[in-house]
Amino acid sequence: MTRPSVADIEPVGPAGQRGRLARLARTNVVWTLGVLVGLAAVFAALRPEAFAGPFNIRTIFINAAIPVVLAVGMTFVIITGGIDLSVGSVLVFSGVVAAKVMAANGAADADWTVIALGSVAGVAAGTGWGLVNGLLVTKGRIPPLIATLGTLGMALGLAQVATDGSDLGAPRRLTDVVGNHLIARQLPVLALVAAAVAVVFGWLLAATRFGRHTYAVGSNPEAARRVGIRVDRHLIRVYALSGLLAGVAGVLNLAKFSSTTIASHTEDNLSAIAGAVLGGTSLFGGSGTIAGTVVGVLIPVVVNDGLIILGVQQFWLFVAVGAVLVVAVFFDQLRRRLRDRD
Amino acid sequence: MPDPPSPALLSAAGVVKRFGHVQALRGAAFDAYAGEVVALIGDNGAGKSTLVKVLSGALRPDAGSMTLGGEPLDLRDPLDAQRLGIETVYQDLALAYDLDAAANLHLGRETLRRPPLGWLGMLDKDAMRAGAVEAFRSLRITLPDVTVPVRSLSGGQRQCVAVARAVAWATRVVFMDEPTAALGVVQRRQVLDVIRRVRDRGVAVVLISHNLPEVLAVADRVEVLRLGRRVARYASADASVKDLVRAMTGAVTTEDPP
Ligand SMILES: Nc1ncnc2c1ncn2[C@@H]1O[C@H](COP(=O)(O)OP(=O)(O)OP(=O)(O)O)[C@@H](O)[C@H]1O
Ligand SMILES: [Mg+2]
Repeated sequence: MTRPSVADIEPVGPAGQRGRLARLARTNVVWTLGVLVGLAAVFAALRPEAFAGPFNIRTIFINAAIPVVLAVGMTFVIITGGIDLSVGSVLVFSGVVAAKVMAANGAADADWTVIALGSVAGVAAGTGWGLVNGLLVTKGRIPPLIATLGTLGMALGLAQVATDGSDLGAPRRLTDVVGNHLIARQLPVLALVAAAVAVVFGWLLAATRFGRHTYAVGSNPEAARRVGIRVDRHLIRVYALSGLLAGVAGVLNLAKFSSTTIASHTEDNLSAIAGAVLGGTSLFGGSGTIAGTVVGVLIPVVVNDGLIILGVQQFWLFVAVGAVLVVAVFFDQLRRRLRDRD
Repeated sequence: MPDPPSPALLSAAGVVKRFGHVQALRGAAFDAYAGEVVALIGDNGAGKSTLVKVLSGALRPDAGSMTLGGEPLDLRDPLDAQRLGIETVYQDLALAYDLDAAANLHLGRETLRRPPLGWLGMLDKDAMRAGAVEAFRSLRITLPDVTVPVRSLSGGQRQCVAVARAVAWATRVVFMDEPTAALGVVQRRQVLDVIRRVRDRGVAVVLISHNLPEVLAVADRVEVLRLGRRVARYASADASVKDLVRAMTGAVTTEDPP
């Protein structure tokens, strides 16, 4: 890990080619991407047929799709200096809401109008939880960790109350066309949706006033306030955005698994946070990119996939992700301390 | 004290501000005239920064009245002040350290692309970068690169960014809370030049500084704050460092008796 120090910054022109390159090299994305490529190369060398074939590559992208959607929202939240632990249970809750609406209007045979209606309801439910998080953090002055831990429990509990503990299925059309469909027999729809989310929200973060204010609020909230940015309102929007994307993930999850069970969503928040942090988003707020987050999500997915192919017990993955997360945060923290010394 | 004949551009009277048990301002008064540099001086903790925050909308006073151009002034937040052409260089600089100089210069006032992309809030980064380069050039402030995070700039360079941001937008009043505190000789002279140039545009420049020779060199007038109250006013031409020190330490009080 290197840090840019004042001495490293060569006096280049404002938009010169060297300026661009230097800026790129300073970003973590390049290094994280190197790690990803390195890991993939190792697995591909060990099991070329099984790992590098089109089927497995597709599997990797399908498995990364839903975590990417969650981690994109998480990136915005972490850049503001916050955290959203509730994404996994908001995903489940949104899936339940969507499934309920669809079940009440045709169930497995529901038509596209019903599916659209249910999806909108699911996304709206997710956004609602996001708004609750935002209000708790800003108006309630509850630390994000606690506020979203509270909504984690509430959303999960309410999802179970609503389903009475039973599992709801999804309409066939939804699972066939969104969950399992391959466009031109190659491109999984799930991965395309995730890619679209990453591109649109990546643009929102990097190129718009909303994104710029997100960085400003995380970087120095008092400074943001003094230039007239409505910090509370912005934070509420960012948490709502995270909730909205958890809602989208809930609908995608329903389409993929035709199920609303909680199983396998308990560590969704861990993987979303790990994705963002591995991708270079600082838990201290103020910096991070969506491109980095996408790479950061792909790393554990690729490792998981490779371990399965190699026949290693998968539970090791959680150990690995947890350890890597702690190490990544340690280095981020160290880097900040060194840099802020002066 | 002899007041200039024209009415003050910005005027405050009886300003009170408490922080819990600490009473930072106890009925402070202040005046600034268009096209002048007025120094606001006082010992540590006299209430200078607090007064500036009140006058720039960053703090709401507990009591007191303010006018701008003769009109009553009620600032709910810094944005109100900015809309009226009042800008501030805060003592803590108030920069977003993860953003670059160009972004900081335009923070809260971003230039957007032309519609339709502008409707979506898309930034015109090239225009802002060019604007920033131009702003620094016109103030003769040299920055190595306006595209690196402000965090990686030196203390003096950061201060220059904060100064450039305020003067780029100010049309009536600019407050500078110790803008030269972290600067070397060359940059200090640069900032003082900037202050004179802004004054010559007809803006009222309010300078807070502990450097009394510097104050007498650059300011047209001096107002002295002590224990949250204005205790003296001088025309720089008529005052010596000794006069200022005596007023700051309470040896003389020429006005606003408790
Ligand atoms: N946010 C705050 N909370 C509590 N007390 C405060 C706060 N801001 C200022 N004070 C107190 O108000 C008094 C005046 O502070 P202020 O910062 O205005 O002084 P100053 O004249 O700017 O001093 P300096 O020359 O050291 O910058 C001090 O006693 C300070 O401790
Ligand atoms: Mg001060």
